[in-house]
Amino acid sequence: MRLALEVNGEPRTVEVSPWKRLLDVLREDLRLTGTKEGCGEGECGACTVVLDGEAVNSCLVAIGQCEARKITTVEGLANGEVLHAVQRALVACGGAQCGICTPGIAVCAAHVVDRGLLAGCDADTARARVRTLLAGNICRCTGYQLIVDAVIAAAREVAPA
Amino acid sequence: MVPPVGTSVPRVDGVAKVTGRAMYLDDLEAEGAWHGATVRSQVAHGTLEGFDLDPAFDWSQVTVVTSADIWGKNVITLIEEDQPALAPIGGRVMHKDEALALVAAPTRALAFAAARAVKPRIAPLPPVFDVEAALTGVPLLYGTDNVFKQFLIRKGHASDAELEAAFAGAAQVIDGTYVTSPQEQMYIETQAMMASWHQGRCHIVGSMQCPYYVHKAMKPLLACDADGVVITQSVTGGGFGGKEEYPSMLAAHVALLAHKAGRKVKMVYDRDEDIAATTKRHPCRTTHRLAVDARGELCAIDVDVVMDGGAYLTLSPVVLSRGVLHAAGPYRCPVVRVRGRVVATNHPPHGAFRGFGAPQTTFAYERQMQKLALLRGEDALALRKRLALRSGDTTATGQLLGFSVGTDEVIAAIEGCAGTPPVPVGVNAQGAPVRRGRGVCFYFHGAGFTGSGEQRLAGRAAVAAIGGRFEVRSSSSDIGQGSSTMFTQIAAAALGVSPDDVTVVDPSTSQVPDSGPTVASRTCMVVGGLVERAARTVRGKLEAWAAEQAIAGSLVEVARAYAAVMRTELVETIGYEPPPGIEWNDATYTGSAYPVYGWAACLVDVEVDLDSYEVAITRCVQAVDVGKAINPAIVRGQIEGGTLQALGWAVLENVVYKEGKVWNANMTNCIVPTFADAPDLETILIEVPYPFGPSGAKGVGEIPMDGPAAAVANAVEDALGCAFDTLPISPESIAAARSRWEAS
Repeated sequence: MRLALEVNGEPRTVEVSPWKRLLDVLREDLRLTGTKEGCGEGECGACTVVLDGEAVNSCLVAIGQCEARKITTVEGLANGEVLHAVQRALVACGGAQCGICTPGIAVCAAHVVDRGLLAGCDADTARARVRTLLAGNICRCTGYQLIVDAVIAAAREVAPA
Repeated sequence: MVPPVGTSVPRVDGVAKVTGRAMYLDDLEAEGAWHGATVRSQVAHGTLEGFDLDPAFDWSQVTVVTSADIWGKNVITLIEEDQPALAPIGGRVMHKDEALALVAAPTRALAFAAARAVKPRIAPLPPVFDVEAALTGVPLLYGTDNVFKQFLIRKGHASDAELEAAFAGAAQVIDGTYVTSPQEQMYIETQAMMASWHQGRCHIVGSMQCPYYVHKAMKPLLACDADGVVITQSVTGGGFGGKEEYPSMLAAHVALLAHKAGRKVKMVYDRDEDIAATTKRHPCRTTHRLAVDARGELCAIDVDVVMDGGAYLTLSPVVLSRGVLHAAGPYRCPVVRVRGRVVATNHPPHGAFRGFGAPQTTFAYERQMQKLALLRGEDALALRKRLALRSGDTTATGQLLGFSVGTDEVIAAIEGCAGTPPVPVGVNAQGAPVRRGRGVCFYFHGAGFTGSGEQRLAGRAAVAAIGGRFEVRSSSSDIGQGSSTMFTQIAAAALGVSPDDVTVVDPSTSQVPDSGPTVASRTCMVVGGLVERAARTVRGKLEAWAAEQAIAGSLVEVARAYAAVMRTELVETIGYEPPPGIEWNDATYTGSAYPVYGWAACLVDVEVDLDSYEVAITRCVQAVDVGKAINPAIVRGQIEGGTLQALGWAVLENVVYKEGKVWNANMTNCIVPTFADAPDLETILIEVPYPFGPSGAKGVGEIPMDGPAAAVANAVEDALGCAFDTLPISPESIAAARSRWEAS
């Protein structure tokens, strides 16, 4: 089946089975390999993308559901060579280690920061909220501490408290 | 210029990782590659009689490989040659999910369908899953008694009678039995490997910790010499020990498939397959007896460690070794006996996981110390401070400690930040009644290979000046721990150049010397030490050459001039030399078990929900003596990641076996901590330098895994007033113990 969708701001057309996972369309048909598969069952969040303003596990979305919808992947976070504030903060804070979960975390955290979901929170509330909002993204390397630091730092940069 | 060492310079691979540009195995261009899949046993023990291919399946586009296709030796060479690459036809199948045959097909879906259409014929034999039952030797899986390896350490006594005399003379004796569960590494990138053959040479690329382990394993299997196979590490999405030995199995499979299919073949495990088939932390039962005299000094320790090795030997002897060497703990005691056995069962093989045997025995001795503190009515941290090893003391193996013993510093750090203990009774944010408690623990971890291991390994690393750049060449793989960044910093400091002038090459056996495996908290300390010496030698040679040629300028300029004049690179390869005073006797298990130890103390506060029986960890502080933090942010990241793995092991992680099969082989049921489960982690870096490590650094990778689980158990005991000696301390286990804690 032929589908038109918008990926990272660009119109794309794919000719695939409607049952094919969005994750596989991104990785195989569009060669956007930044989106990772960690479990294939919606537990780890490595495949997180933003679909029409909502963070989703792309392993649980069939491409047939994506006709005419807007998708943002990790490749769409940076503006050319200028990294998103979340990406810069993850590098600066040491929030990426092995890096396989990082694209999903970057997409989800950028979504949180860009939508202002931490705006107006005091420091403790902001940390707790980051932990809740990113609870669908598993990282096995960091213990999460430096990622939380990075997301808070990025939120401050985007919308100073 | 900012000094390169001691500074949190950003990771060299940071931008590639946050942008999704880092190419893991499954991301690599693989035009025309076929996909491999594995036919696995659903029988735990039996004789493989052969295979039936489903006649209804279209086999025209499928390559099938069985043990009959192996032209070399059907074995995954590691410590012992007992594990086949594929169960031999006519031979024994030893565990569920063991690899029996392989298929490759143009698509992954077709490969998986084909694997299901290969029907193995297995005549079942009686299996054994219980370690006690296996110790009877029936059924016999290994050797003459199912014992893969045993160790005996004796200190301060010559016979069991003398040991018992020491216990008989004690004022108080504490007995305990501690059971720890298997644990899944749960690296987020599953095992993945790709192979192709060009003019008789096999090229294997994949996710791995130890390229030269894979290289060593492929030579007999593929019946080739060292040049016949090239192993290259791709960007690796976590390992934690889980990619120490198992990648050799995957490499064997893709190599065999690619050979028969006559094309490139790649295999990427599904999560369920990865959890079901690959190695886990050894489940362990530790029996611990502790005696104190009338003054409260330790007078005797007796430990018995029994681990379930699973169906093949893999790395079990070394895991057990580290387990027994840490079993008496970092405490002064004149009389110590430690016995250890690792036993064959029909479980899938257990293997390397961060801590490597030490977390199991640390859990036991730190529970014992807690019980001693309670018995004596002594403050838990004060007791540890009073009994801890310091410079001038000897360990269980009789090693006289000299330099770099951070005991006082790590304990003082915890004392300094402990603050008020939590209020014992209250209500949590959900309105449920809670009980709260605090636990501490103190532990050590030997850095580098055990005993004479580093001399045997004789690891090498090189630094090269290529034009105006410098290159570090080692087989140590960056699996996320940040070794490439740290090597860059170590080399830059030794060369007196900026880290920007240094590159660490990606490990490939055709490009880098064998630095030994990426394991055992040895990468920064041992291989980093080689890098430091190689860089110093390169600098010395360039400076000498510049003086001779009367060339002035920075080392980068000199290197550029050298390249222009000499038309070659200047490369220095350095081999391992043991620090002075390292004596180890493998026969008696006495002497310097490790060149140096890391030291750590931890404090944990918990809140037990009396409605759901969940244990919430509300505070976790860890102080770790790392010698020198080459890159403090990276070191913190290592400590915090290891700490959360330990906290997860304590309260929520578990691998459940049912009749020899992993029953929870998916991330829905085999859970690990999420952002929401993790407390804010407080990390205190202590630097008591190791004179033979790069800038004083010593191992840090594993120590954070060792202690926190015991601290959690100690805190839960403090909260509920009864002991929890089995991991995980799950809601189910708290429910089961309800009569005990309600009575307290």
